[in-house]
Amino acid sequence: MGFFGGVTALAKGFATTFQFAFRKKPTVQYPTVKKQHAPRFHGLHELRRYADGKERCIGCELCAIACPANAITVIGAENAPDDRRSPGERYAARYEIDELRCIFCGLCEEACPTDAIVLTPRFEMADYRRGSFIYSKDRLLVPPEAGVGTAPDERPGGIPADLGAVIEQKGTVDIAAGYGATHRGEILKTERRGLAG
Amino acid sequence: MLDQPWLVVLVKSVIVLFVVVTTFAYSMLFERKIMGWMQLRPGPNRVGPWGLLQPAADAAKMLFKEDLTPETADPLIYRLAPFISLVCAMGAFAVIPFSESSAGLWGVANVNAGILVIFALTSIGVYGISLAGWSSGSKYPLLGAVRSTAQMISYELAMTLSVIGVLILAGTTSLAGIVHAQYKLWFIAPQIVGFIIYIITAVAETNRAPFDLVEAETELVGGFHTEYSGLRFGLFFIAEYLNMITVSCIATLLFLGGWNAPFGLTFIPGIVWFVLKVGLFIFMYIWLRTTLPRLRYDRLMNFGWKVLLPVATLNLMVTAAIVALMG
Repeated sequence: MGFFGGVTALAKGFATTFQFAFRKKPTVQYPTVKKQHAPRFHGLHELRRYADGKERCIGCELCAIACPANAITVIGAENAPDDRRSPGERYAARYEIDELRCIFCGLCEEACPTDAIVLTPRFEMADYRRGSFIYSKDRLLVPPEAGVGTAPDERPGGIPADLGAVIEQKGTVDIAAGYGATHRGEILKTERRGLAG
Repeated sequence: MLDQPWLVVLVKSVIVLFVVVTTFAYSMLFERKIMGWMQLRPGPNRVGPWGLLQPAADAAKMLFKEDLTPETADPLIYRLAPFISLVCAMGAFAVIPFSESSAGLWGVANVNAGILVIFALTSIGVYGISLAGWSSGSKYPLLGAVRSTAQMISYELAMTLSVIGVLILAGTTSLAGIVHAQYKLWFIAPQIVGFIIYIITAVAETNRAPFDLVEAETELVGGFHTEYSGLRFGLFFIAEYLNMITVSCIATLLFLGGWNAPFGLTFIPGIVWFVLKVGLFIFMYIWLRTTLPRLRYDRLMNFGWKVLLPVATLNLMVTAAIVALMG
């Protein structure tokens, strides 16, 4: 490469960067604009209910056994005859997921015999304290007024045609009805207490 | 001694200082925006509309950061070094004429050897960088300082030689005089070689990419300012940008006819032309930074001594010969 070859190469380089300055930027202005994600996106967990308001979870602990990250703690208990929490004999007296340990693999969802634990597309879980990432039933269970929760199979099937396109939207993401809110109402932050105590 | 009342000089200085520091702040934002666009990013856009308040946010951040001095550092020189850089960078603006009106020159002082004053000041500014690296008591800053010293010596020779060609043509060392000499023909035309050499050496003099071996963050962490934090780091930052603006101003004055309007467009005031021309150079700096990768150190030295210096010398000799023959 002689002198003129070098100058040509330089000119090409400068032309390239100059043209790039006018290209469309792929940046998504995240907090104000959010991207559509796949319907089967693995995000924050949710404990579903039946239509009559009873909890689906029967406290069988299969999710805890399936969990490769040991993130799930379930302590089952017998349903009291006058206060039945679930249709089965047992229910989850305590159900806690450590979202910092969780690898969002979805094996709990697969293991669950009653489709009680599902992964929602919510992903904005940032918080200030480690303790806040231990989600117990008060945050996992769908509140009665928010319906029953959606099974993964009932979400809009397939990958949306516009996946990857930017949805202009202020506020929170709206995947489908029932999955509207990243934060649903007032969330109780619970500290982890010793399981024995 | 002064040809104007001291109060006038004071007011002029304050105005120039204010304008220059504002220019620094917004040329930084300009650089980040342009660089962002060229890298397919939007650039800063969170603070204020189009990120226009970003410089203020940066300044506030710098002010409130902790000012650290390493235990191994020489405390006095370590603390003094940023001020040497900054004072020299700011001092250069005292002799730069920005425009001219019937009332006189727009500038703090009209020195009849302005170009020499600027070169003297910017050369002293190198001490700021060298001393900062030396006094930090740490290896990366030291390497940065050694590089800066060698780089400055190598490139300042070629730079000065490239400028002498213009001085021969103009027959004066006064910046205003040089601009007046370009009333008919800008010196970029007869001195195109000198212009190219000046531009290349100016980039090296101001430690900007692709000649930013003094900072070379991929090799030397932060180069000479590795140990600096908070406001003292900010001062180096300001000094670097002010130097960039200074060399752009000199390039405008020496080669692009200063405030002279091109194509007879004299209805637009000279100051607008001056700012436009300086802006063009600053854009070129940014464009360079986004386009070219950093040179290897030995190649930088080879280029300086074996290419730029001989070509600049040749250019000077040819110019001198032609001026001597033409009368």
